[in-house]
Formats: sequence, structure tokens, C-alpha cells
Amino acid sequence: MDLHFGDSKPTDDERAAVDALLGPPESSWEGADRSDADLRWARGGREARDRRDLLLPGLHAINDRIGWISEGALDYLCRRLTVPPSEAYGVATFYAMFSVKPRPATVLHVCTDLACAAAGASELCAGIEASLGPGVHVERSPCLGLCERAPAALAIKAGDPVRTAVAAPATVHDAVLAASAPDSAPEEPSAAMAVPQAGDPALVLLRRIGVVDPSSLDDYRAHGGYTALRRAFELGPAGVIREVTDSGLVGRGGAAFPTGRKWQATASQPDHPHYLVCNADESEPGTFKDRVLMEGDPYALVESMTIAAYATGAHKGYLYLRGEYPRALARLEHALAQARARGFLGDDILGQGYAFDIEIRRGAGAYICGEETALFNSIEGYRGEPRSKPPFPVEKGLFGKPTVENNVETLVNVLPILTMGAPAYAAIGTQRSTGPKLFCVSGSVERPGIYELPFGATLGELLELAGVRDGLRAVLLGGAAGGFVRPDETGIPLTFEGTREAGTTLGSGVVMAFDDTVPLPRLLLRIAEFFRDESCGQCVPCRVGTVRQEEALHRIVERTGAAASDDIALLREVGRAMRDASICGLGQTAWNAVESAIDRLGAYE
Amino acid sequence: MTVTPLGIPRRLLEFTIDGEPVRTPEGSTILDACRAAGKDVPTLCEGDTLRPKNACRVCVVEVEGSRTLVPACSRKAEPGMEVRTDTERARHSRKIVLELLASSVDLSTTPQVAGWIKEYEAKPDRFGPDAARLNEEPKVDNDLYVRDYDKCILCYKCVDACGDQWQNSFAISVAGRGFDARIAVEHDAPLTDSACVYCGNCIEVCPTGALSFKSEFDMRAADTWDESAQTETTTVCAYCGVGCNLTLHVQDNEIVKVTSPHDNPVTHGNLCIKGRFGYQHVQNRD
Repeated sequence: MDLHFGDSKPTDDERAAVDALLGPPESSWEGADRSDADLRWARGGREARDRRDLLLPGLHAINDRIGWISEGALDYLCRRLTVPPSEAYGVATFYAMFSVKPRPATVLHVCTDLACAAAGASELCAGIEASLGPGVHVERSPCLGLCERAPAALAIKAGDPVRTAVAAPATVHDAVLAASAPDSAPEEPSAAMAVPQAGDPALVLLRRIGVVDPSSLDDYRAHGGYTALRRAFELGPAGVIREVTDSGLVGRGGAAFPTGRKWQATASQPDHPHYLVCNADESEPGTFKDRVLMEGDPYALVESMTIAAYATGAHKGYLYLRGEYPRALARLEHALAQARARGFLGDDILGQGYAFDIEIRRGAGAYICGEETALFNSIEGYRGEPRSKPPFPVEKGLFGKPTVENNVETLVNVLPILTMGAPAYAAIGTQRSTGPKLFCVSGSVERPGIYELPFGATLGELLELAGVRDGLRAVLLGGAAGGFVRPDETGIPLTFEGTREAGTTLGSGVVMAFDDTVPLPRLLLRIAEFFRDESCGQCVPCRVGTVRQEEALHRIVERTGAAASDDIALLREVGRAMRDASICGLGQTAWNAVESAIDRLGAYE
Repeated sequence: MTVTPLGIPRRLLEFTIDGEPVRTPEGSTILDACRAAGKDVPTLCEGDTLRPKNACRVCVVEVEGSRTLVPACSRKAEPGMEVRTDTERARHSRKIVLELLASSVDLSTTPQVAGWIKEYEAKPDRFGPDAARLNEEPKVDNDLYVRDYDKCILCYKCVDACGDQWQNSFAISVAGRGFDARIAVEHDAPLTDSACVYCGNCIEVCPTGALSFKSEFDMRAADTWDESAQTETTTVCAYCGVGCNLTLHVQDNEIVKVTSPHDNPVTHGNLCIKGRFGYQHVQNRD
């Protein structure tokens, strides 16, 4: 590899930001001043290339310190890691949170997605832009995962250290304060505020939220923490997999793949090392359950990741956390440090001779990175584009090695499986959808938040619990990749099989209620904009199809009946090809919600 | 003495294409088997010298038991597979892919695509006059070749040829995301400020003419480019001892373009700047 670097030099701040992550450069090959020794041999090379996965953390380091990524900074980072600058430029321009053009140090992300749009995000945006000075860059953002407190805004002020503040529910005043003085912005309400059932002794997954101090490992242990891990060590890896398989647990991220089978397939791979990846890149519009779990009960995720890794023979875990979740990041970093210090992570966990540690990797604003193979590419320092399958991750995943990847909620379910035993867990819910399920309820309800119900409860029961308001027009199940149902379909049982029979999907557990004040065509247009923005651009059906879908929905936003029928026919044809021929789930589902709104709700009749 | 490498003997897999039994060596793709069986499956991003990227999705076929369509170019054949290449479902996706591309990209120099558009009855115009297009201007920043990204279907072939699959120069990458994604060098700079070594191996693999010799670009602009009047002569490059094959494209007794045979066992269609662009001395008649 013969790398070519331009003449741009990093500023002292940029250099310091990179060096804080990678340490000082060892030779001029890596960007230090040239010494006599450098003339004798080249250092860096393969050893440096093996650190390619530090590219994304490096870009974060620069962006966090400066607010954008200059040519000099990018070149310096490339020199340090022996990464071709063109590839690093491709990676930096892939993520929405990075900019390769100068911008103010403070960026205010204002959510304009479904729940926030229904709560007046466009007026909020206009108000903010009118009252903020030039020192803040306002970015209209996809769902920030704060739907229970819509409308939401997230301020990120670059510096050392970077500062963040959340305003939700945001008024113009709150958002402006968060952006101009993030340090003095009021503290976010506790994660328990997102759990209307908090404190209910019947809860399983949410039982500790609002009850334990999320920063205290002792408090976690006092409330049953680390009993599941001890049980796992008693059972041994094969025993844990058997319990998880018998429990009937399936993935909660949306695809509903049997977790036990995935673990077994990974554990039995002869190739080593094995990796565990926790997918905490929760970006489906309307989804915020993983954020609440991580903020309210971070040790539960650390413990369940340890169990999953033990069962599948992994000694290294990556927690890929959504970049827009600063509080979850802080809580988890603290929890990992505590767990390490107390021997719950490290070389000899609980004196059992088992070594495991977890590294957090932050996403940088890309919905597609929630796709399992795109997430691998993102961690490895490449553009977050999905890989073609087969081979599947259990065989060739992260760094080409056998990898088990689970969603946060899926992992957290492992704790009750081990503490109560597979039969007791499988008794919760229905025959084919076992266990408790978290639902992210938002929109036109009195008490939005995360609800835990056993599988099998109906949509109507859930909506009643959340206090659905009058004038219900539609409910969106499963987020932007899901589908709409009518108000008279509240009898749908909330199970994987029940929603499938009803021709819709449970997806990641989004239940978003819309009343008749929100024009449906506007919502559909927002969904189409979301997919257009978030398409990675790799395959034609999705890259161009999402654009054509948005254009057609734009044309018919004010039309009905015969005036819309030509475009609806066009949408159906494009949608069918996107579903059939796209590489990954993003393109395959990009037409789902629009189709359901046309067919079930009669959106343009 | 010419030695033709036979490779390791490979097991033959049996499966069916359009109901007819076929046998194909283990490790080959559905596309390989389709071609061997004489089935016409269109391809754009597939390259005979590159690993399949399966980005264009024009080669999709139906495979029994698969929820979605399957890219023939990259999916390995498996024993017992039931492949159908010409179903309504596969044809529909191909038609839409062609429409999506033709409505956003200038395909005027893409070989074969006009025939497929006709065959699949694709109507790119139906997205309306306001349908978003790439709207890129040709980048003419050096004397050797031109990058006209208005013709780019983002097949990744140039990136792969420039990167670890052939040249290892890594001068170009895909930058941006979604419909705004473009092939670019770092900081979107001119090629002359990049790691480009002007081997032209990206031109060799470009399926749409987005990358072309400056000579071809100029002649097309002057409307003097006439492929039917060109002869192709394959010879051996005289610059060094490697012995790369050059195919000289000659029009009106002038070399207008240089390619290299992809089946050359040494270079697989790749050349260096001298072989690709250093031909002016041949036609210096003073």
C-alpha cells in the first residue's frame, strides 16, 4: 500500500484529539517529526493497519473536539492508522453526525421525525432558528429516541470534553438554552420517567428501573444482580445455550430469530476467536426501549453480555451504541469501569477463570448501521454498508470471525431465563412468542413510555394502559419499517405470530398512535424522507427507489382518488422491486409503512 | 511452451435452472451456471476480473425457498437449488432497476443497456420530468482520462480495481450516502492531488463509460468517435519485461484507446500508465 497524503497539516487541537485516543506517534511514518532512526526502517505498516477499527473512534475524537473534520485532521488520522485518505473520507462522509466542511462548534439536532412532528417539531425548528445566533448549527434530525418526551432536541458542543444537553419536551427556550449553555441546561429527567409502570413488582425486564441507582454496582447486586451469571457458571456454556433455546427466546430487534439457535451456531464454529456484539444502535423511528434499559439498568446489560459471551466462547464483546445517546454512553462507561474494578469483567470473572471484556463503540448517525453486517463494517472502520449474506455472521461476522450479535432487549431477557429457569420463562406469553416484551408507546397517548407486557396482550389493552386519546386515526406498529393498522384493529394480539397473521409486524415494538389532527400523507412523506436519507446507496433498488418513492408521495400529498391513482400504481411497482431486490432489510422494508397506509387506512381515498 | 493451468479438479454440483438439470463446478455462481447453460441474465456491476459486488441488482433470479430475489452474480450454486431466471417476479425487479438507473443516470454509453430496456419494456420516463438525476458535470482535470460521473451507476468496480483487488493505490472511494453517494478521491479533490497513479485500470472495468480516455471523450464531444471504423490489435507492451498484452484501438490510423485482454493469465486486463497511455511515440510522424 503506497499511501499518498496531501500537504494539509492538523492544528494542535486536532493532533491532540487524535493523540489522546492513539497515544503519541512513534515515528515520522505515523506523523511525528522525522528522526535519524526513521531513515533506517519503516514502522507502522501492518501493525498500524490492524488498528483500522480505530478509524471511527478517531473521527469521533476529532469531531468531538473541533466540531468538524478538516483535511489536515483527516490526513493525520490516516497517517496514524495507515488508512488511505480516500477511504477515510468515504467513511467520514457516510455518517450524519460528522461534517467535512467547517461548521460551528455547537450542533443542535432537532428531531423532526414522526412522534416529534406530531408534537409540533416544525414550529419548534422555526422558532429555534429565529432565536439562535450564528454560533449554532441547527440540524433537522431523524428520530432521536426520545419519543416519550416529544418534541426533542439534542445539543452537542465540541470541545475538551465534548458537552451535550437534551431538551425534551423542548420549547424554543429550552432548546436554545441547551445549545448555548449545555452545562447549565437542566438535568434530564430520570430514565424511570419513561416507564409509567415503574415500581410494579410484576415487572421482569423493567423491574430495576427507577428502583436501583444506575450508577451503583452494589445496588444492582442488592436487587438480584449477578445471580444469573453465577447460575450461568453453574450450568456451563452448553447448559446456558440449552436454557436459552428451551425458553423460546427470539431476537427483539425486529427479525425475531431464535436466540438459542444463533448462540449454538456461533459456539460450534471451529474458527476462533469468537466475538459478541451488542446491537445498541437503536434508530428505528419510535424506538427508545434500549435507551431506557441502558440508562436505567446498565449493569443488567453488562451482566447479560457476559453470559452471552461465556455461552458462545467469546472473550471480547463490542457494544455498538447509537451516537445520539450521550447519557446511555456515560452510564455504560461508568458501569464497565465499576464491573472491571470489581472483577465482573476482566481476566478472571468471579474467580471462574473466564476472561471477557467489553468495548463501547459509538455510532455516528446512520440508521443502516443497525443492520447486523453494516454494524460490523462500521466497527471495522469501513463504510456502514451491509454485506451480502451468506456467509452469515455466526460463520463470518466481525473481523471475519464467528460472531453472535444481539439486540439490547434480547440480551436482557437472558437474565430472567437463567434466574427463573427456562420452563417458568416459557410459561410467560404465548406458545410461540414467549416471555415479556417491551413496547415503545408514543404519539397520541396520555402516558407515553416503555411498557412491559407478556406476549399476547392485545393492542387495545396496551393503548388503554397508555391512555390513548380520542380521535385515534391510525397506529404505527414496528416503526418506519413496520406498518399502520386501523383504530378498529385493536384486537390484534401483540405476538410475532399474531401480528403476522394480521398482515402487519411487531418489529422492534414501536406502537405509535396518531389522531386525526395529523395529515396522513405528511406522515408518509416523512417516512419516505427518512428512508431516502438513511439508504446507504449501495444497491440500486434502494438508492434510487427511495428517492422515487419520496417524489411520488410528494406529488400526491394533497391529492386523492383518481388524481393519485397513477402515482400509487407507480409506488406499488417500485415498492415491490425494493422489497424483492434490495440487499438488506432497509430497502426491503422501505415501502411497508406506505403500502399499509394505502391498503389498510385508505390514505389517498 | 504454453501451460494452461487446469486448477484443482472440482466436484460437480447438480441443481436446476428453469426446470432443466445443470451441473456446475463447486464454487461457481448461479451466473456462471446460467451462462454455461446459455441463459441470458443481464449484468451491469459484475466484472469478470473482480469479486462480485452485487450492487446493481439487475441479475436477480428466483431461488426456491428464498424470501427475496437472489443476485445471480454472487450467490454460489448449491446442490438441489431450484433457480428460475425468467419469472414475472425477477423480470419485474430487473425492469424497475433499469428504469431507476435510466431515469437518474446517463446510460448513453453503456453497452447492451438499450437492448435490455427494450426487452424488459422499461419506461424510465414515467417518473416524470422532475425525477431527480445525478446532474454531474464531467471532471476533466488531467490529460489522460475523464471522470463523467453523470454516467456512474455506482457499481464499485473502479473502487475495487483501484483498491485491494488489483492496483492497491486506494485513490478513490465511495463518498457520501444514498442518492448523494459519489465516487471521489479524498476531500473531493482533483485527481492530480490524489494517490492516483494513472494506470487506467478503473477505465478498464467501468461498465458505463463514466471513465474514459481523454481521447475518446474529446472525439465523442466532436462527434468523430466511430467504433465501427475502429480496429483492435492485440500486441505485447514493449516498455518492460513483464509482457503485458495491449489491445490497441485504432481509428483513422491513430490509436484512440488502449485496453488489455481480461483473460491474460498474468495481468487480467490490468496495465500501468506506460502501457495504457504511453502510446504517443508510436504515432509521432515528424
